[in-house]
Amino acid sequence: MTTLSVTRTTLLKDLRMEWRSKDAINSMLFFALLVVVIFSFAFNPTAEESRRIAGGLIWVAFLFAAVVALNQTWARELRNQVLDAYRVSPAPANALFLAKAIGNFFFVVVLEALMAPLFVVFYDLRSVGPVWQLIVVALLGTWALVVNGTFFAALSIRTRSREIMLPLILFPISIPALLAMVDATTSILTGEASPDFWIKMLAVYDLVFTAVCLLLFESVLNAE
Amino acid sequence: MKQLFIAFVVLTLGLLAFSTYQALFVAPTEQTMGEVQRIFYYHVPSAWTAGVCFFVNFLTSVVYLWKRNLASDALAAASAGVGVMFCTIVLITGPIWARPVWGIWWTWDARLTTTLVLWLIYVSYLVLRRFSAGGQTQVLAAALAIFGFVDVPIVYMSIRWFRTQHPSPVMGGGENSGLDPAMLHAFFWNLAAFTCVGIVLMVVRYRLQMLEEKVEATHAAAALQGGAQ
Repeated sequence: MTTLSVTRTTLLKDLRMEWRSKDAINSMLFFALLVVVIFSFAFNPTAEESRRIAGGLIWVAFLFAAVVALNQTWARELRNQVLDAYRVSPAPANALFLAKAIGNFFFVVVLEALMAPLFVVFYDLRSVGPVWQLIVVALLGTWALVVNGTFFAALSIRTRSREIMLPLILFPISIPALLAMVDATTSILTGEASPDFWIKMLAVYDLVFTAVCLLLFESVLNAE
Repeated sequence: MKQLFIAFVVLTLGLLAFSTYQALFVAPTEQTMGEVQRIFYYHVPSAWTAGVCFFVNFLTSVVYLWKRNLASDALAAASAGVGVMFCTIVLITGPIWARPVWGIWWTWDARLTTTLVLWLIYVSYLVLRRFSAGGQTQVLAAALAIFGFVDVPIVYMSIRWFRTQHPSPVMGGGENSGLDPAMLHAFFWNLAAFTCVGIVLMVVRYRLQMLEEKVEATHAAAALQGGAQ
């Protein structure tokens, strides 16, 4: 069994389960929608103001919504002792991790694609800078949240009050990534500064933490 | 071993008394900042000791993942707790000094923000330790410790860029403009004293942690024996 085939099988299984139940994506969508509406009431911004604060709003909404999906990542594997079975099987641990991370990445990207038009409508957004850069920031930023989030979900699944534990350990570590995403988005939307540094910084963050996750996941999976 | 430790505690207490005397009475009063500058003798040594503790935490976590011995995990737990305490002292003494000198309690400057994020990361480490169950705590905590340690330079780099892009508030009176020899003297005594206090606290916490493990193991063994009969 190679890493690639295990990853593909697990990923397809997760996507199929999500396609049939739509648990994660529905709860994320509704949650993000609520955040958008509440922020809109709380700040009541004009078009000019909203361009300035949208970077923060968008990413805070996506971060909170992503936690909803991340919390469900491993929960369904606990039922019927799937994780225990996986542990005794010869399949490489990192294949499982990659499948879960890619699956979550896919869900959150779908969420972002669906929510982006809503942000444009509700906040009257128009980008001054090039829009394709926003897509690069979104992809890199989502991976940054999701790779650590998937890992920390595997940590928090083994604790008491696991649903609360995930944001508590994920948010402090994600602060530099969040800062980079918010600042890059704001720079592009207002067109006042170059987002290049932040995009590079996100790429470095992604590389470093993907490496750390792959290095440590096996120990965490086999933690007794 | 125990006698050696007691001797070290006595030495530390003596050092602390002497360094406090040096900082409060011997070191000259700073010209522009006045008496409040003396907080520097507590602020910087606390930051240093917190840094040492977090470094010990990282090293022992790596050793734990490698060797899986209880002792290094106990030391990791001890050092994180003591480090968070010293980091809290830094975060409290900083604003007390900043208010009269800078005119503001807090600014989102690179060093301040990095310290705050560092504090947040290690508090989350302690929370994880508290909330995880039984035999898994050690591995989970060690993994998080490595994440936290890797994150710190990234945080510092990103915030420095964040702040150099935006105008930052007035920052006066950095201590790198050369220190009076008498001040330097007091500073180094305090540095030595705080490091020793940190070591003493870490050793005490370490032994406490090991005792707790032993108690738990005894309980588990007793329960097993009871179940067998």
